[in-house]
Amino acid sequence: MDGILNAGVLLCNFVVVPGLAYGSQLALCALGVTIIFGILRFANFAHGDLMAFGTMITIFATWLLQDLGVTVAPLPTALVALPAGIAAAVALCLATDRLVYRYYRRKKSPAIMFVIASFGVMLVMNGLVRMIIGTGDRSFGDGARFLLKVREFREATGLQEGLAIKVSQGLTVAVTVILVVLLFRFLQRSRTGKAMRAWSDNEDLALLSGVNPERVVMVAWLIAAALATIAGTLYGLDKSFKPYTYFQLLLPTFAAAVVGGIGHPVGAVVGGYVVAFSEITVTYAYRKFLAYLVPGDWVGEGLVQLLATEYKFAVSFVILIVVLLVRPTGIFRGKVIGA
Amino acid sequence: MKSLAGEDMVGGYGGADILHGCTIRVDAGEIVVIVGPNGAGKSTAMKAIFGMIELGRGRITLDGRDMTGLSLRERVLSGMAFVPQNANVFAGMTVEENLEMGAYLRRDGIATTMGQVFELFPVLRERRRQLAGEMSGGQRQQVAVGRALMTQPEVLMLDEPTAGVSPIVMDDLFDRIAEIRDSGVAVLMVEQNAAQALAIADRGYVLVTGRNRFSDSGRALLANPEVRRSFLGG
Repeated sequence: MDGILNAGVLLCNFVVVPGLAYGSQLALCALGVTIIFGILRFANFAHGDLMAFGTMITIFATWLLQDLGVTVAPLPTALVALPAGIAAAVALCLATDRLVYRYYRRKKSPAIMFVIASFGVMLVMNGLVRMIIGTGDRSFGDGARFLLKVREFREATGLQEGLAIKVSQGLTVAVTVILVVLLFRFLQRSRTGKAMRAWSDNEDLALLSGVNPERVVMVAWLIAAALATIAGTLYGLDKSFKPYTYFQLLLPTFAAAVVGGIGHPVGAVVGGYVVAFSEITVTYAYRKFLAYLVPGDWVGEGLVQLLATEYKFAVSFVILIVVLLVRPTGIFRGKVIGA
Repeated sequence: MKSLAGEDMVGGYGGADILHGCTIRVDAGEIVVIVGPNGAGKSTAMKAIFGMIELGRGRITLDGRDMTGLSLRERVLSGMAFVPQNANVFAGMTVEENLEMGAYLRRDGIATTMGQVFELFPVLRERRRQLAGEMSGGQRQQVAVGRALMTQPEVLMLDEPTAGVSPIVMDDLFDRIAEIRDSGVAVLMVEQNAAQALAIADRGYVLVTGRNRFSDSGRALLANPEVRRSFLGG
């Protein structure tokens, strides 16, 4: 009996808790990508670097607040600094839209033009972030580290295995739930939210109903920039901030958006968790887990790991390719990415 | 009294001109039908009047006011509504949300208007929580017309409202359109089912290659042997 409990706790500690946190971060990323796709109808390659940019500004604001002695302990100071990061990311998005995307919108360019343009925007944002904050690792977390410590858990339960929940993990899940609820209420109930859904559904008919296209586009950037900054900051608090890692998040983000059905907000959230749990369950070494469940000599020498963690991106790749081949509309019948 | 006119319209979709100086006019409380062979520019004329294509020549007036350069939004605000032939509902939204989107530009209460639409199309009230994309062709057309009515338009423009619906549904739709006319709205529509449409029309235009060929009362056009022979199948 203890064996099963210990195995369960082990799995919770190394798969379920990190999976929920990482899945929430991906869900927020994918929501941003999916909203831009729904309204502007292109896959925004610059989303990862937009996250990096918003997070960078949040980090600067955090450092400033820390210098000034402002804290919200036990919560991380970065939470208070978030509005600065969001405002900067929104400004950057609106400026890029004005300078780059609006031109193609007026010319009614095909989606592939927007995608390539967003690739260029990605390179610019990428360079901008590295020039300003550098390419190295930055940590900016403070406040309490754990909601639940391994030792406390062991003492309380008497089990051999411990369960730890980091503040950043709890915070990530809580913030995601709040944001998702707010976003869905906005899309379902508010006048602007309905206009955005209508625009995403049928652009021509939305125009015939009097929806102002520039306003819908502006609100879409606003939401995408805010979600990107919050997701990036939560990811940075949970792990650490490094511009290259944020660029790499683009792949699991797209996998999440596509698996759920791009353009479909519910799909983006579900997709985020699907990709996160796939990545973690495939790269987790099950040796110790098995050892609790089967007689000792059955376990053998190997790690019982399907894929080394270095290959975790392969998981997103495989998901992306399989979904595009088998069911391009994703779980929730979103749109199909096309040129 | 509202009166919408597109005069001497010349234009097309950017390539060769499709309209070669045709003129269409509709007054409050009448149904005007545009008929003609395929490629005559019937839908193009409607789109030109609504400002969805650029005109090389000609002008659009509503009660004498020049509308030629106005945006879609401004046209909707000045009392025009358009029901396109295809993709004329928000498929992923409920019937009620479709109607709300129709009233997007209105800042006053829309409950009364929605009640009137439900009275005109009772099936929409029953199905108001259903996704428009999951409804039958005829019901979708009702949603489409209902959406357009939500702005309380003075001019309602319909591009082939009975395309792809069964004859029974078509008759019913025409009855409803006649009711809309009787409430004082100017109705302009393009129809493939020319004979049936002319039967309820007050006036009709026969377009051929982007020009006015005949224009007369609906009854007179139906009785005209040349129109019958060439455009109504005998």
